[in-house]
Amino acid sequence: MSAMTPPVIALRAVSKRYGAKEVLHGVDFGIEAGECVALIGHNGAGKTTLLKLLLGLTRPSGGSVRVEGQDPVSARSAAARRGIGYLPESVAFHDAMTGLEVLRFYARLKGEPLGACGGLLERVGLNEAVARRVGTYSKGMRQRLGLAQALLGEPRLLFLDEPTTGLDPSLRRRFYELIQEIRGRGATVLLSSHALSEIEGSANRTAIMREGRLVAFGTLAELRLAAKLPVRIRVAVRPGMAASIAQDIGAKVNLLKVNDTMVDLTCGAGDKMDVVRRIAALGGPVTDVDIAPPNLDEVYAHFVGEGRPL
Amino acid sequence: MKVLWCLAGKEIRDGMRNRWIAAAIAILAALAISLSLLGSAPVGEVKASTLSVTVASLSSLSVYLIPLIALMLSYDALVGEFERGTMQLLLTYPVARWQVILGKFLGHVAILVLAIAVGYGAAGLAVALGGGADPQGARAFLFLIGSSALLGAVFIALGYLLSAVVRERATAAGLAVALWLGLVVLYDLALLGVLIADRGQMVSQAMASALMAVNPTDLYRVFNLTSFDGVAAAAGMLGAEGGLGPLLSLAVLGGWVIVPLGATMAVFQRREL
Repeated sequence: MSAMTPPVIALRAVSKRYGAKEVLHGVDFGIEAGECVALIGHNGAGKTTLLKLLLGLTRPSGGSVRVEGQDPVSARSAAARRGIGYLPESVAFHDAMTGLEVLRFYARLKGEPLGACGGLLERVGLNEAVARRVGTYSKGMRQRLGLAQALLGEPRLLFLDEPTTGLDPSLRRRFYELIQEIRGRGATVLLSSHALSEIEGSANRTAIMREGRLVAFGTLAELRLAAKLPVRIRVAVRPGMAASIAQDIGAKVNLLKVNDTMVDLTCGAGDKMDVVRRIAALGGPVTDVDIAPPNLDEVYAHFVGEGRPL
Repeated sequence: MKVLWCLAGKEIRDGMRNRWIAAAIAILAALAISLSLLGSAPVGEVKASTLSVTVASLSSLSVYLIPLIALMLSYDALVGEFERGTMQLLLTYPVARWQVILGKFLGHVAILVLAIAVGYGAAGLAVALGGGADPQGARAFLFLIGSSALLGAVFIALGYLLSAVVRERATAAGLAVALWLGLVVLYDLALLGVLIADRGQMVSQAMASALMAVNPTDLYRVFNLTSFDGVAAAAGMLGAEGGLGPLLSLAVLGGWVIVPLGATMAVFQRREL
């Protein structure tokens, strides 16, 4: 977060209405060069609209959008788009063209050498299908072709809208390897996804959206902390000792289950160390301690308000 | 510039791939050759070359067919890409929106020019080989090809405007049919009806001429039927006043290209995807 370089992407109080429907309200955030930020939320949370605003496909109803210091809708941005790659949510191509023709067409538009197309198709694992009509491609193959066109010309900025839908697990892994490669070059990546658990390890920061609002933004550790979800602790004890141990652990905990050899409890994240020290101090009767921080699905559910009101 | 070529080239390749160009050439050639065969029948007392007769009959039919082909080529050009989602991706490339319109336009006009030149050219060649050509008829024939291309460009531009405004392909198709029917068929019928009912009371000749001069299909017809004496004789229009005159007719037709095309660019510029 240096104050020296302005963020690559800056949104200030951005709102977007389609008719009477407001799909984004007061979204504020900045992304620094070289970051990989994941945009998480349900369908209809405003992820795609946000990406479209950044690409200049739509314009905001209020607030300002700046990409590399420019308004993406302005005429000057047309030239700047040479350094931008985009993979739309459900990517569509001209079905009558072959995979190679499609990629060469887009390479020409970007002013990139056509010779790079073959290698790029190989990189996404489409080298077998380059001469086939795109109309015969499966969903996953289209997605890979979409990724190939997004990677044309080694973009500085990559926008990926639900990039892994339709990919099988091994391709998914390959995809996230590719993202790491791209980041290694210093590119900035913004990708949207449904699931927090999927982007763990790829994104350095995560923006969680809900009904057009940005409800949380930070690293996964920060989000965990901000969620203030209880930590689960399982204490294994000598047979018959559970009830007394449960009593000895004392305050600040919420007992879930106590049986003969085991005490299950939760405590606030801030109280965790205190509780652990007290358990350790109980000595002999305690045979094992298991500490489980809230998992990402729980953090996600917390922010998007599944099951509990915010 | 490179971007325009790239976009135009893609439309042309698409036209070849889906046999559009081949079909249009076949239709236009079949029409032109059958009309030129009719034209080589004895022409009676009218002093006109076979080529001039062919131009007269061909321009009367082209006025229906060229707009139809042009609209079929263009009504889908933008809304089809909005619906499929390919436009969204295209606009994230270093391409300005006006370039998208102009590039497509150049490609579609090239397709139409190719179809007209090859289709009509085949018929012209057939007539010339049969000895029915004269220098004036040949010039009239070249003007027919040129003005047909211009008429096609007008309807391509109009088709784009429809395509840019609507939300669904089906709407654009319906509007294209309505536009064709309106400008090509109903306009003249209505004008004729008014003139007959009016009997020269309210609508002066100047007014009638002006009304014809605003419709591109009428401009095209008058341009082709009155610019050359041989054709005019064959069409029974010898001595008829040529409305705006050849140059002004072409200029107004040019305006019919530029205004809808500019409007399409303006609408598209503001459209959100």
